[in-house]
Amino acid sequence: MNLEKVIFAFFSILALTLNFGFFIGELDDPAHHNAYELFAALTVSLIATIMKFGDRAHIGALLLATSLVADLQLITAALVWGYAVNISDAGLSPMAIASIVSLSGGALLANLISVILLVIESITFRR
Amino acid sequence: MQKVIFLLLRRMRMPLIVLIATYAISIVGMTLIPGVDDQGQPWRMDFFHAIYFVSFLGSTIGFGEIPYPFTAAQRMWTTVIIYAAVVSWLYAIGSILALIQDQGFRRVLAQSALMRKVRRIQEPFYIICGYGDAGSWLVRELNERSMQCVVIDKAQEKILDLEVEDLAYSVPGLHADATEAESLIMSGLKLPNCVGVIGLTGSDSANLTIAITSKLLAPELPVICQSDSEDTAANMASFGTDHVVDPFEIFASRFAMMFHSPSMYLVYEWMTGVHNAPLSDFRSPPHGNWILCGYGRFGKAVRKHLAVEGVETRIIEADVERTGPPEGSIEGRGTEAGTLILAGIESVDGIIAGTDDDTNNLSVLITACNLNPELFTVIRQNHRANDAIFQAARADLVMQPGTITAQYILNLILAPLLDDFLRLAHDCDDAWANVLVSRVAGVVEDIAPETWAVQISPLDTPAVFDCLIRGEEVRLGHICSDPRDRDTALPCVPLLIKRDDSSVLLPDMQESLQANDRILFCGREEARYHLEHNMRDHQALYYSRTGDDRPSGVVWRHLTRHVEQDVNR
Repeated sequence: MNLEKVIFAFFSILALTLNFGFFIGELDDPAHHNAYELFAALTVSLIATIMKFGDRAHIGALLLATSLVADLQLITAALVWGYAVNISDAGLSPMAIASIVSLSGGALLANLISVILLVIESITFRR
Repeated sequence: MQKVIFLLLRRMRMPLIVLIATYAISIVGMTLIPGVDDQGQPWRMDFFHAIYFVSFLGSTIGFGEIPYPFTAAQRMWTTVIIYAAVVSWLYAIGSILALIQDQGFRRVLAQSALMRKVRRIQEPFYIICGYGDAGSWLVRELNERSMQCVVIDKAQEKILDLEVEDLAYSVPGLHADATEAESLIMSGLKLPNCVGVIGLTGSDSANLTIAITSKLLAPELPVICQSDSEDTAANMASFGTDHVVDPFEIFASRFAMMFHSPSMYLVYEWMTGVHNAPLSDFRSPPHGNWILCGYGRFGKAVRKHLAVEGVETRIIEADVERTGPPEGSIEGRGTEAGTLILAGIESVDGIIAGTDDDTNNLSVLITACNLNPELFTVIRQNHRANDAIFQAARADLVMQPGTITAQYILNLILAPLLDDFLRLAHDCDDAWANVLVSRVAGVVEDIAPETWAVQISPLDTPAVFDCLIRGEEVRLGHICSDPRDRDTALPCVPLLIKRDDSSVLLPDMQESLQANDRILFCGREEARYHLEHNMRDHQALYYSRTGDDRPSGVVWRHLTRHVEQDVNR
């Protein structure tokens, strides 16, 4: 068992699950979507990205790319949240929460691809 | 460059994760800890403010407690954040600094910088493996002639030497093992403007590896290698190494030439001389008996060539087991009077101090001269760093393997025709050499003649080429005349004309030129400029062919035509 691989897989999957946890619920209902969950998803996603740094294999490059996509989506979602709460007059309206959740939905897709790639890599790994 | 980025990212993994984790925990903590607003109502920081607060706190900017003054619990947590953030930043910055200091990383950086420099070279360049005596000499000479090169050396200090060397053009230097294919490729072996590989590592086996590697990776590139043994030389030649240079062999054959044809020796010396070196006079070595100290590769080559000249050599060799000198040799170093007297130092005419140790050679020379001041002395100088003491020793002839090798290679590069010329000259007799020496001596003053080659081609010599295309005759004498006064010959001697099928040695001035002729000249440097002017400039060539200074402008030409017609009428 390779500890590096365990930690790596742990963060990738955790990023996906947290992301899913935030995403699930009524699209435009703020009560279904917790800010802490989004923050946790973003943090874990960033860590997962850094874990993928410096891997020169092709699948490593692909993992890094999907991870970067997830980060981008989640950061945008967080920015939209910050804008809605602090700057916009309407506050956290259903429209704002809907766009935040759909952005995190995009990140969810990217995280899903990331995990699928991880699974593919484990399957092709022979010893 | 990519490698550098990957290395950087890989090393930065841990510090970045630590930073993100610290920030995440701090931010979450700030949002969880209850505070009070300005009305005294319970209040909790939102994420936006928490990120803002932790960001300026973590970077030690510290704007203060915002938006409302903190409670004791918040202040406690802030204290924790301050230390955690500072420590994780120190860790991250420390890692970057450690990475920059890292030998491996610096090496990768240096390599990618070198590759960038090599790729930026526009002109043709040579790869020189080994920056020893021969390598550094060659680099300086090539540089003086505005030719580019890239240097590979295994020793870091040699590359540093190269960097501090006062060269007109920057020469990229790679600290790597040239026997590895990777380093040759990094130095541009596969680039289209790489024109040759030169192996001067000082080790036969390394040179051999370089030759094989470059012949396999870039078969059409010429490879020039130094080799001290016949075995390696034959091996190198077997897979197509273009030139194998053996400095001992070159020296021994030149030295032997001094005995049978001093003029021919002068021809060789002058033609292959250093750029702008003073013209040397030399003392002919006496026939008779000689003592040869050191029967290594150098000693063997000298003995072989001297035997052909009928000169007897008596060997003094310390390591009889290994070198196997002939019968009658004396065992010893030759540095002490006893051995030299045993070898009959009083009765011989000359001594050759040819061991691979400079100090021993000097010691042999000084001891021998004390015993017999009339001796003709030849000394081998292995390291150029010892120049000063060797000059002070005042030997009649100093043999520097590095310089000989570098000079030979330089001539191969600069004047490939010279090799042909010298080969043809070798078959000629002493009388021929005498004539040549007096002709060359007539044109040069006190510095060694320049040798250069020109080719009759549309690009290099448009004027001559145009005349030939029009079917007009251009004689060698035409281009060798002074463009200011065609009755004065330029101070140069044409040595060789090489055509597709034939070569003309020492061509006559009446010789007509043909397209694609390659001509080798030697003479003063200024002759070269005038000669090139003659061959390029239509006006100058017209004048030197006809003696008529033709007007160049259309109007004037039109006017003079009428005058000419009037005169003809």
